Amino acid sequence: MIRVVLPQHLRTLARVEGEVQLNVEGAVTQRSVLDALEARYPMLCGTMRDHLTQKRRPFVRFFACQEDLSHEPPDSPLPDAVATGAEPFLVVGAIAGG
Amino acid sequence: MSKVRVLVGTRKGAFILTSDGKRKQWEVSGPYFAGWEIYHLKGSPADPNRLYASQTSGWFGQILQRSNDGGKTWETPGGERVPKPGEMPAGQSNKFVYDTSPETGKPLTTHQFYDGTQHPWEFKRVWHLEPSLTDPDTVYAGVEDAAIFRTTDGAKTWHELAGLRGHGTGPKWQPGAGGLGLHTILLDPSNPNRIYIAISAAGAFRTDDAGKTWKPINQGLRSQYIPDPKAEIGHCVHRIALHPSRPNVLFMQKHWDVMRSDNAGDLWQEVSGNLPTDFGFVIDVHAHEPDTIFVVPIKSDSEHFPLEGKLRVYRSRTGGNEWEALTKGLPQSHCYVNVLREAMAVDSLDSCGVYFGTTGGQVYASADAGDNWAPIVRDLPAVLSVEVQTLP
Repeated sequence: MIRVVLPQHLRTLARVEGEVQLNVEGAVTQRSVLDALEARYPMLCGTMRDHLTQKRRPFVRFFACQEDLSHEPPDSPLPDAVATGAEPFLVVGAIAGG
Repeated sequence: MSKVRVLVGTRKGAFILTSDGKRKQWEVSGPYFAGWEIYHLKGSPADPNRLYASQTSGWFGQILQRSNDGGKTWETPGGERVPKPGEMPAGQSNKFVYDTSPETGKPLTTHQFYDGTQHPWEFKRVWHLEPSLTDPDTVYAGVEDAAIFRTTDGAKTWHELAGLRGHGTGPKWQPGAGGLGLHTILLDPSNPNRIYIAISAAGAFRTDDAGKTWKPINQGLRSQYIPDPKAEIGHCVHRIALHPSRPNVLFMQKHWDVMRSDNAGDLWQEVSGNLPTDFGFVIDVHAHEPDTIFVVPIKSDSEHFPLEGKLRVYRSRTGGNEWEALTKGLPQSHCYVNVLREAMAVDSLDSCGVYFGTTGGQVYASADAGDNWAPIVRDLPAVLSVEVQTLP
């Protein structure tokens, strides 16, 4: 079971509270996690990555295990701790403002 | 007794203000979509409980919201949690893709950027939603970078009317200070094939074949801030309004100048008359008097606040040129708010109500066509849009 933590605005949009838990088939990667997340919560399509290019939106970041994974290739395996559910995959809105 | 529902979009959410026909006591609900920019929300004339809202964020992009109960509850169309096999792909309600198909689209070219170089078209947000006059599931959307889209399935999916962007002058379109936004969509109630739109800063356009082909309608406009002041396109049109009983007569608040056309935009003439400044954003028409129009003059294009710190609505009962200041109930000192292009509307009660919102978070209402004003609310986030529904 993959654990995903969404920022507050996306939790509101998806009408969920707390962490989201997902079953991911095959390799656990950014792409497969986001695919599973969008399949379960279609209203999140387009909010984290572009509809067409699938590129991460500029002000959205991905973290896990205290690492910034935002610039990792989308098909790279996520850390084992994410794949086993020991650690969550974090979707974070970039900090802006003062 | 009739009642009114005022739909307010702000920098940090939407609010719905309701009152009976007297328009003295108001109920305020919201914020809806708290923390998100709500550029525009509007109800369907064919089903007043069907509302559409454009919800945007610099972080998470565009969301489309729909309500079937007058704003009590909202949904993202097509965003149901468990889409059934064979259904329309879910999560498409916020998917605005420029049409490049050989059959209906045009090659995706470039438009002019602020510095005069060419720049690719990039979808940023929906500025304006215009529901069909007859079908609650059909809505037009004006977007940035400028294009017009249409849905016929209640906002589940959107398709560009690509003839506008592809008609030839697209590479010359340039963004206004707020972006290259298509912000005005007017549907002609007497001719379903005729639509007017306006783009900052490309100008006004009209289709007479339901969106297949478009022509610029900017003859008579004069803009000193572009290389050719009388150019076919490049004018920063801020807003256009019409009265449904006389849809060939258009009123325009341009960057500078208040304009009027008596032939569906084919030719414009200036009607700024005795306005103390003819810069501004909003313009609207009285519900029952086609020659009574309202503007809110703003000092200049760099000083976006009322002249002399006095918030004044100006009314013309002669279709322009002769204007009177309406001040009763509005702040007449130290007022430095702006009134943005989407932020004025009228109701259609017997005594026409006029409403506008400010960047200071006030929404003012007049139940007597502008003679007297009072704030409905004073401290909302900056108001981006105001629409009014008159309900039975």
